[in-house]
Amino acid sequence: MRLSKTELILLGVAVLLAAGGVIAPQWLVFLLTMALAKAMVVQGVVMQMRAGLVTFGQGLFFCVGGYAVGMSGHFLNITDLALLLLIGVGAAVLLAMLLGLLMTRYREIFFAMLSLAFSMILYGVLVKSSALGSTDGFNVKAWTLFGWTPASGQAPLALFIIIVACSGLLAVLLHRYSRSSAGMMCEAIRENEVRVEYLGQSPRWVLYMNYVAAAAVSALGGGFMALSAGHIDPEMAYWITSGEFVFIALLGGTAHVAAPFIAAILFAVVRTYAIELVPHSWQMILGFTLLAIIVFLPKGLWSLFTGQARRAKA
Amino acid sequence: MNNSKKSMLKHPLAFAITAAGLALSLSASVQAAENGKFRIGVVTFLSGPAAGPFGEPSANAAKVLVEGLNKGQLPAPYDKIGINGAEIEVVIIDEAGGAAKQVEEFRNLVQRQKVDAVVGYISSGDCLAIAPVAEELGAMTVFYDCGTSQLFKEDKTPQYVFRTSLDAAVDNIGAARYLSKVRPDAQKVAGIQQNYAWGQDSWSDFTHSMEQLMPKAKVVESQMPKVFQGQYGAEISAISVKRPDIIHSSFWGGDMEALVLQANARGLLEDATAVLTCGESAIDRYKDQAPNGMIIGGRGPFGAFAPDNALNRWFKDQYQTAYKTAPTYPASKMAQAILGLKHAAENAKVEPGKIPAPLEIAKAFKGATFESVSGTVKMARADGHQAMQGIAYGEYQYDPASKKGGVQNVIAFSGECVTPPDGTTALDWIKAGFPGAQCN
Repeated sequence: MRLSKTELILLGVAVLLAAGGVIAPQWLVFLLTMALAKAMVVQGVVMQMRAGLVTFGQGLFFCVGGYAVGMSGHFLNITDLALLLLIGVGAAVLLAMLLGLLMTRYREIFFAMLSLAFSMILYGVLVKSSALGSTDGFNVKAWTLFGWTPASGQAPLALFIIIVACSGLLAVLLHRYSRSSAGMMCEAIRENEVRVEYLGQSPRWVLYMNYVAAAAVSALGGGFMALSAGHIDPEMAYWITSGEFVFIALLGGTAHVAAPFIAAILFAVVRTYAIELVPHSWQMILGFTLLAIIVFLPKGLWSLFTGQARRAKA
Repeated sequence: MNNSKKSMLKHPLAFAITAAGLALSLSASVQAAENGKFRIGVVTFLSGPAAGPFGEPSANAAKVLVEGLNKGQLPAPYDKIGINGAEIEVVIIDEAGGAAKQVEEFRNLVQRQKVDAVVGYISSGDCLAIAPVAEELGAMTVFYDCGTSQLFKEDKTPQYVFRTSLDAAVDNIGAARYLSKVRPDAQKVAGIQQNYAWGQDSWSDFTHSMEQLMPKAKVVESQMPKVFQGQYGAEISAISVKRPDIIHSSFWGGDMEALVLQANARGLLEDATAVLTCGESAIDRYKDQAPNGMIIGGRGPFGAFAPDNALNRWFKDQYQTAYKTAPTYPASKMAQAILGLKHAAENAKVEPGKIPAPLEIAKAFKGATFESVSGTVKMARADGHQAMQGIAYGEYQYDPASKKGGVQNVIAFSGECVTPPDGTTALDWIKAGFPGAQCN
C-alpha cells in the first residue's frame, strides 16, 4: 500500500501527537482524548454533510457505541478494549443497516428531523430504564488490552496513545474514502442527485453505505468516550449533544479529513478556558466563536489552510 | 484541486506552529497556581434550569462564607482565618453539560488549576462519574448536594470522596414518617414525579416506606411527566379525579413552583395535602399562591429547618445582607460542605498557615463530627465518608401581615431514625421494615 503525501503527513502528526502526550500535562492528555473521541463522531457527521445530508441525530450512534461498551463490561464482564470497541461498532452497524433503509429515502430537513427523532427515541428509552441508571447513567469498568492492565494512573495516557493511533488510521482511511469513487459519488449526489441516477448509479445505495459507515465511525468515538470518561448517561443521545457535533463540523468545514480533528481540539480548548475565565457566560464565548467562523470563514477553519478565505475576499 | 496540492506544503508547518503555541499557552497557566492560598474548586449549576433554584444560592453561599472565613468573622469554632490560617481562593465552575464534560473539567481543576479540594455537584450522574476519578487522582472531593444511593455502592472503599449531604432515600423515609404522625388516617395517596432517575427513585423509596409505615394507605395514582415540562394540566386532572388525601412530589425548582401554582389554582391542594420533598427551596416565593398546611421538606435540617445556633445566625445574617433574601437549603448545604472541609483541614495536624495534603485532610475528615449551620454533623455512614443527619418536615404557613412564608408544626427525625445502616441499601432496609432504626 503506497501512501500519498497527505497520508504521510496525517500519520506523522499522529506520531508527534502521541509522543507529545508523554511530556504534556495530564489534564491536556485527557482533554485531547475526549476531543479526539468527539472528532470521530464529527467525522460521521461530515461524511454525511459531504453527501448533502445534515444529521441532527448522530448522537444516536455515539450513544449506542458508548452503551454497548459500558453494558458489555457490566453484564458480560468483557474488559478487553479492542473487543469492547468492536462490539460498540458492531451494534451501531446493525442498527444503522436497519434504520438506513428508511433514512435514505429522505433528504434535507426531513432527513435531519428523522435522524433527530431516532436519537431522541433512544434517549427516551434509556431515561425510562432504571436498570441502566435512568438519567444518572452508570460507570464503565476499567479496560485491559490483550491481557495487559495499565498501571494505576497510567490508563489515561495509554488510552490517549491508542486513540491517537486509531485516529491516525481512521484519518488515512477516510481520506482514501473521500478520494474513492464512492466518496466522489457522495459529492455528486449533493450537487445533483438526478444526474447521478442518469449516470446509472443508485444514489440511495451510495447513501445507505455512507450512512452505515458514518454510524460505525461515530460508534467508535462513543466507545472511546465511554472508556475515557468512565461514565455514560442518556445525555449522549440527547439532541443538544448531536447539535454540538454539527457545531464542530461547521467549525472545521468539510474540505479535508483533518478539519474535524482540528475543530474538535479547538472547541475543547476554547470551551475549557471559557468555563475557567467566564464561568457564568461561557456559552456566549462559544456562540461568538461560531458566529465569527460563519461570518469570516464560511467554509470552516480549514479554509485558513487552503487560502480560500483570501480568494473569497478578493 | 491544484490549489489544495500547493497548500499541503504548508500543513506540517501550520500544524507544528498551532500545536506548539497551544502547548505553550496551556502550560503557562499551570505555574500560576501555587501561591500559598487554599484553593477550592466550587462546581455548581450556573446555567440551565437548576441554576436559579440551586446553583445560584449555592454559589452565593460559597462567596459569603469564604469572604467571612478570610476575614476571620465566623463564630467559634470557625474563627480561624481562612483554612488553617491560609487564605481561601475559590475557583468556580459551571456544572452544566453532562457527566463526561464534568469529568474533563474535574481533571482540569485538579491538574491544571491545582486546587486543594473540590466542593460541589448537584447532579447524581455527575457525582457517580466524578467519584472514581477523584479516587484515581487522589483529589480531596466533597459532594454537597447530590442524593443518589448508588454513590458509595459504586465507590466501595472511598478514600478521598466525602458527602456532607444526605442520601435522597432519607427525604422520602422522613416524608412517610411525618405523614404517619400528622395524617395517620390518610387512605389514598397519589404521586407526581419527574420522569428521570431522581423522580423514579424518590417514588420507589416513598411508596415502599408508606407500605411499612401506613399499610392502610393505598396508592391511587402515579404520574410521571417528563422533566421541565412546566404545564401539568393533564396530570392534575388525572390526580383530581382519584380524590387523593395525599399528593407526594419530588419536583424541584421551576417545575415544583409551576405544579404548586397550577394545582392550587385548580383547587386540588385544598382537597389533598401536598408533600413536597424539595418544597423549602421556594419558601420565599410561594407567598399566598400556596395553601397553608402544605407539607414541605428541605432535604435535611437546612434552610428554614436549620436550627437557631450562632453559626446559622451569622450565616443567615450575612447572606441576607449580601443578597436581600434568606438562604434556602442549597445555600445551607454548600456552607456545610465548606465548613466540613475546614474542620477536617484544621484537624489534619499540620502547622498553622500550611496547607495539608489531600490524604491528611481525608484522614481527619473520616468519621469526623463537626458543627455546621444545620447543627452537628456526624460523618457516620459509608465508613465515615457519608454524613448522617436528621431530617425535618413542616407545614407551610403564610403570614399576610409580613408577606413572608414560614413553617410550623415542624417534626424532626434523628439521623438514626431515617438513615439506612452501612452494608444495606436503602430499598432493602425499607422493605425489611427499618431494622435498627432509633426514633424519637
